[in-house]
Amino acid sequence: MAITSRGFSGRRGTTDAKLPPGQYLTTDFPVLSAGPTPRVPLDQWEFTISDGSQVLRRWNWKSFRELPTETITVDIHCVTRWSKLGTTWEGVSLDTLFAGVNTDAEYTMVHSYGDYTTNVPLQDLLNRQAWIAFRFDDDDLAPEHGGPARLLVPHLYLWKSAKWVRGITLMQEDQPGFWESLGYNIYGDPWREQRYSGDE
Amino acid sequence: MWRIGTAVALQDETPTARTIRFEVPDWPGHVAGQHVDVRLTAADGYSAVRSYSIASAPNASRLFEITVERLPAGEVSPYLTQDVMVGDRLELRGPIGGWFVWRKEQAEPIQLIAGGSGIVPLMAMIRSRLSTGNAAPFRLLYSVREPKAVWYGKELQSLSEHDPSISITYAYTRATPKDWPRPPGRIDAALIANAAWPSSIGPTCYVCGPTSFVETAAALLTASGNSPDRIRTERFGPTGDRK
Repeated sequence: MAITSRGFSGRRGTTDAKLPPGQYLTTDFPVLSAGPTPRVPLDQWEFTISDGSQVLRRWNWKSFRELPTETITVDIHCVTRWSKLGTTWEGVSLDTLFAGVNTDAEYTMVHSYGDYTTNVPLQDLLNRQAWIAFRFDDDDLAPEHGGPARLLVPHLYLWKSAKWVRGITLMQEDQPGFWESLGYNIYGDPWREQRYSGDE
Repeated sequence: MWRIGTAVALQDETPTARTIRFEVPDWPGHVAGQHVDVRLTAADGYSAVRSYSIASAPNASRLFEITVERLPAGEVSPYLTQDVMVGDRLELRGPIGGWFVWRKEQAEPIQLIAGGSGIVPLMAMIRSRLSTGNAAPFRLLYSVREPKAVWYGKELQSLSEHDPSISITYAYTRATPKDWPRPPGRIDAALIANAAWPSSIGPTCYVCGPTSFVETAAALLTASGNSPDRIRTERFGPTGDRK
């Protein structure tokens, strides 16, 4: 039951691109972060997969970059309502990183340098849905956009694509991460407009 | 859930910025630093939503204020700064956000750093501190293009004259008042050293402004010894130099 805003017609884009509800197109690449941008030297960088009690997989930058990579072009959607279409990234598929990891855990907590966390169900990370990305538009990923490497899980709102990622911990039960504890949705599907706590 | 608010007062802060006071009968109250979503809907059902920081202190009435800067290519801000009239009803959702907030229980020194319209949530914190009688010492470093671009100027001046526990430093990037000691320029390490709390006393820092400003200010704060986990940031707008 929307009320009409007298005299408002909007400034609708010329594109017919299908956007999730409540989103608008941008050609820029805005930044949303809760604190200062961490600077992570490559010789100290590592990425781990753990089950909560022990590390199951560990890479340093060199071994990580020896993994096969993929170039992907995807649309990204930020909960602050901008969407950016056709962004091109290079990264390592989570299918590659999780190869051979046997677990009955259904959930994960993604950890970042700078102590950011976000929760993502494991099934949302697998089957060519998520990558650890280290290049954007043919450039090394800039620190303010999450460099040296960030999670990219483009079918969820972008806060799930943790910048400065450093590890994933498997969880038996879902638990909220940083923004999910501060009023944002536990899952974050842009097509169902799950922005805030309680949005279904 | 969308609530219906009525615009009950309008005030221009500058030729391109307007404060709107809303009355929302079922407003649940807010905490300083939170924002609200505003939804405009055209006659054919097309709608556009943007988020705006709340400028006013939490209070027991059903009133709150936002200040909106008109963006030339904007979709919602031109309407809010030029077309909305007292008595208009708009759809609002909120308050939203639980991180970039200052609560009246906080007793530690507070460092606020604003770039341009990033002053809005920080002003809510200053006003909240005053209205609750909290005695935490505040410092505000307000970077702004030129003197006439300052928002809430008279109120800030009155505060700095009457309340010794709030100190305000302006940093002008393009043009300064006459005989101003510092030439126009962006914030830098010297300014942080002179105007901000020393990191040794452990302030909580709130930085709000355009992305490039926040990147610079937050990096200066960490370089001067502030722990990253004591620095809260809120960024808006384009990246500036895209990379």
